Amino acid sequence: MEEKYIKHRYEPILPSKNEWPVVKLARERKEFVKKISDLSEKRILDLTGNNPDILKEELETTLYREKLRIKQNPWAVDPDDEYEFWGEVKNSLLQVNSETGLTKASRLQEYKSVLHRITSRYAEEIASNFKHTHYKFTRSVVQFGFSRLLNAARVKGFRSIFSTQYSLQDKIQITGETDQLRDLATKGTIVMVPTHFSNLDSILIGWIISVLGLPPFIYGAGLNLFNISIFAYFMNALGAYKVDRRKKNLMYLETLKTYSKEAIQFGCHSLFFPGGTRSRSGMIESRLKLGLLSTAIEAQRANYQSGSQGISAKIFVVPVTINYHFVLEAPGLIRDHLSITGQERYYKENDEFSTSYKISKFLVKFFTKGSDISVSVGRAMDVLGNYVDKDGNSLDKKGRIIDTRDYFVSQGKITIDQQREEEYTNMLGKRIVEEFHKINRVFSSHLVSFTAFEMIKKRNQKLDLFDLLRLPEEDNVLPYDEFKAACEMVLTRIKELKSQGMIGIAPHLLQDMDKVINHGLDNVGMYHAKRPVLKDKQGDIVTEDMSLLYFYHNRLDGYALEKLF
Amino acid sequence: MPSKNSSKEKTIGVVGVGSFGTAIANMLAEKNPVMVYARKEEVVEEINSAHTAMGKELNPRIVATGNPEDICQNCDILFFMVPSSGFQDVVRTFAPFLFPYHLIIHGTKGLCLNLNPGETLETVSKIRRSQILTMSEVILKETVAVRVGCLAGPNLSKELLQGQPAATVIASKYNEVILEGQRLLRSEKFQVYGNSDIIGVELSGVLKNIIAIAAGALAGLGLGENAKGLLISRGMVEMVHLSNALGGSVRSVIGLAGIGDLVATCNSVHSRNFTVGYRLAKGDSLDTIMADMDEVAEGVNTVRIIKAFLGTTDLRAPITENLYRVLFGDLEIEEALQFLMKYPFNVDVDFV
Repeated sequence: MEEKYIKHRYEPILPSKNEWPVVKLARERKEFVKKISDLSEKRILDLTGNNPDILKEELETTLYREKLRIKQNPWAVDPDDEYEFWGEVKNSLLQVNSETGLTKASRLQEYKSVLHRITSRYAEEIASNFKHTHYKFTRSVVQFGFSRLLNAARVKGFRSIFSTQYSLQDKIQITGETDQLRDLATKGTIVMVPTHFSNLDSILIGWIISVLGLPPFIYGAGLNLFNISIFAYFMNALGAYKVDRRKKNLMYLETLKTYSKEAIQFGCHSLFFPGGTRSRSGMIESRLKLGLLSTAIEAQRANYQSGSQGISAKIFVVPVTINYHFVLEAPGLIRDHLSITGQERYYKENDEFSTSYKISKFLVKFFTKGSDISVSVGRAMDVLGNYVDKDGNSLDKKGRIIDTRDYFVSQGKITIDQQREEEYTNMLGKRIVEEFHKINRVFSSHLVSFTAFEMIKKRNQKLDLFDLLRLPEEDNVLPYDEFKAACEMVLTRIKELKSQGMIGIAPHLLQDMDKVINHGLDNVGMYHAKRPVLKDKQGDIVTEDMSLLYFYHNRLDGYALEKLF
Repeated sequence: MPSKNSSKEKTIGVVGVGSFGTAIANMLAEKNPVMVYARKEEVVEEINSAHTAMGKELNPRIVATGNPEDICQNCDILFFMVPSSGFQDVVRTFAPFLFPYHLIIHGTKGLCLNLNPGETLETVSKIRRSQILTMSEVILKETVAVRVGCLAGPNLSKELLQGQPAATVIASKYNEVILEGQRLLRSEKFQVYGNSDIIGVELSGVLKNIIAIAAGALAGLGLGENAKGLLISRGMVEMVHLSNALGGSVRSVIGLAGIGDLVATCNSVHSRNFTVGYRLAKGDSLDTIMADMDEVAEGVNTVRIIKAFLGTTDLRAPITENLYRVLFGDLEIEEALQFLMKYPFNVDVDFV
C-alpha cells in the first residue's frame, strides 16, 4: 500500500548560481529589456504592415484605453508618472496629425518613435527583477516557516519548535517523472504547465522546483499581486515577471509575448498556468489560454531558425497536476462559476472574500491536521506534444525517433507561418489537457464527492443543474449501503482506467471500501464551514452544501464516469 | 526521374492509380514531375514502360514505384488517392516512412471505424462520434504527418481525363496546404477553392453518397425531375444536420464539395451508388447487387455507419433511416417513398 514518494532533497543540477539562466538574465537585464522593446516594435510594425494609418489607429486605440484604465481602475502598483506619460503620447500624436505637410514615410517615422516609447515602457514594466540574495532568503523563509509549523503541530513538547522530525515532504508528495525532468533541465529548456486550483499553487510549485534541485523558473504573475509590497518582494525574488490583465491592447500583448518567447530562447525555464486563472468549476482545465503557450512554439521555431540543433535547442513541455483534498477558495470559486454559467438563474448569496486572516488560519489547520497534497509530474513532451525519451529525442506513437525541426520545414527550409503555428498551439493545448487527465491522481475525497453527486443527480433526473443545486439539503439522504456499492462501482472503473494508463490513483484508495469512504469523508473539504459530504447520525450519507459537492465532484469530470449511473 | 528536371522542381507523389488518382497525376504532371505508387508490380511496369495505367493514358513525366519508402523520400507532398476500403492499410504501410515535414492531401470519400478489438459494424448497435474516423483523422491517427488536407468536389474522373472544365475544393486547417494544393493543381480548366473546415468538406463528400443511392432509386422507379429536385433539396437539409452533428459546418455543405458534388453525383447514372439504388428499385436484393460489384458502393457502408451513429443522438434523418430499412430490413422501396412523402417535415429550411 505504501508508495515511494520522493522524500529526500535532490542535489541542485546547477550548483553555481552564476550558471542559472535566470541569474544570467538578471545580469543582462538592461540589454534584454531593450531587445524586447525593439523586437516588439518590429512585430507590431509587421502586424500593421508598416502602414502609417493603421499604426496611427492602433496607437490611438491604445492611448484611449490606457487613459480610460488610469481613470477607472487605478492600482497602487501603477507608477506615478503614468498620467504624464500618456499625456505626452497624446501630444505627440496630435502634433503629427496636425502637420499636414509630412510625407507618408516621415509620418511613419514619427509614429514609430511614439511606438518605441510605448514598447520600451511596457518592456521595462513586464521584466522581472530577480535578485539571488532575495531568492535565497525567500526560499529559506518558506522552508523554515513551514517545517517549524509542521513540527510544532505534530511533535509534542517544549522543544517541538526545533524538531526536524517531519519535513514538508511528509505533507506534500511528489510523484511521476521527476528524474526525467531534472535530466532534461540540464540539457534543454523546460516549460512547466501545472493545473491551477488554488492561490497556494504558486508557492507550492516554487517550493517543488527547489526541492527537485532545479534552478528557479520564471513565470508570469498577475500585476495585482504586486499591489501588496510584501508579495511584490517575494514575487520578484522568485523571478516572476508581471502580467497586467487590465491591459488588453495590441502593443502590450505583443510585448508580453515577446518577453516570454525571448526568455525561453535565452534558456530560462518557464512556468505558465495554462488555464489562465484558477479553475472556477473545479474541473481539470479543458480550454487553455493559448497566448503564452504559443510563445513556446515560436521560441522553438526561432531556435531552429537560428541554426541551433540538437537537444540544447529543444524546448520541453512538462505537464504537472496538483491534487488536493481541499481547496481553500472553493466556495468562492464555484459561486463565480455558477453565476457566470447560470447568469440570472443562479442567485448569489452573501459574499465572503478570502482575507489574509483566513489564509493564515487555513495554513495552521493545514499543517496541524492530516490533509495531504500530491503533485504529479508528467512525461516531458516536445512543443508538438510528442513524448521525448531520456536523451530528449521526440518519439512518434510507434516509438520511432522524429525531429521536431521537421514540423517547421516547408520545401526543405524552416519557414515562419503564423497560421500554422496557431494550429500547432491548438494541438499542444489539446495534448496538455489529455496529459492532465492521465496524470491526475484520484483521492478518496474525489471519489466520495463524485459518487454522492451522481447519485443525487440520478434520483432527480428531471432537474437541470441549477435546480439540482437548489434542492433542499435534507432531501438528499443516501443510504450507506447503496452509497458504498456505488463507490465500489466507480472505483472499479477508475482502476480499469488506471490499468490503461488513463488516470492515476493515490495509494490510500487501495484499502477496503469502508476505510476509503471514511478517509474520503474525513478529508473532503475538511475546513469548510459546511461540509460537502458527511455521515449523519444514522450512518447515512448527506450533504450540507450542494454547490461545494458539485465543485469537488467536478475533479473527476472528463472520464465518462457519469455513464455508470 | 527524368534528367531534364531542374533541382528546383519538386517531385509530387501520388499514391494509388485508380481512375481519380490517374486523373490527378496527369493534372499535376503538367506543372511538376510526378511519382506514383502502385501496389501491383505489373502496373508499375506498365506505367514506366508504356506510360499507361490499366489502359488509361499517363503523362510521360510520371514515373511509378512500388516502394513506399522510395516515394516518401523523393516527395515532400503526397496525394493519397486510394479507395476507402483499403485506405487505413495503405496509410499504415506508409506510416514508417512519413515525417512531420510531409504534406498530405487525400481524395478519398469514406469513413473508417475505430472500434475495440473484436467489434465490427455488425456486432455493435451504436457508434459514437469518437469511433468514426474521417480519412484525414485516419492519417492523423496513424502517422506523424499533421499538415493534412483533402480534395473534394464534383470531380468525375471520366470528365477530368477528357480535360473538361471542373473545379475542386482543397480543405485543410493549414493555409499552407491549401495554397500549395492550389499552386499545384490550378489550371485553365481546373479551378481550386480553399476551405478551412476539413471535417465539413470530408463529410459532405461522404454523406452525399447516401443521397446518390436514393437518386438511383427514384430513377429506378421511373420518376422524373420534380422528384429529383425534391430529393436533392431534402437531401441537402439532411446532410447539413448530419454534418453538424459530426463536427462539420453548414457552410461547407452548401459549397462546391456539398451541393456541387451532390448534384453531379445524383445525375451520374454510372456511379456505383446510383446503380445500387436503381437496381433496388427494379426489385433486386442488396446481396445480388453486391455480388455483381467488384467494389463496395461506399454509400451502403455510410448508411450503416450513420444509422448506428443516429442511435447516440436525438437527431432524425428520415432519408438515411428509411434507406437503411430498405437495404437491411424488409421495407419495400415504394413504402419508403410513401413514408417520406407523408413525413411531417414541412419546414423548408431551418438551418440558416
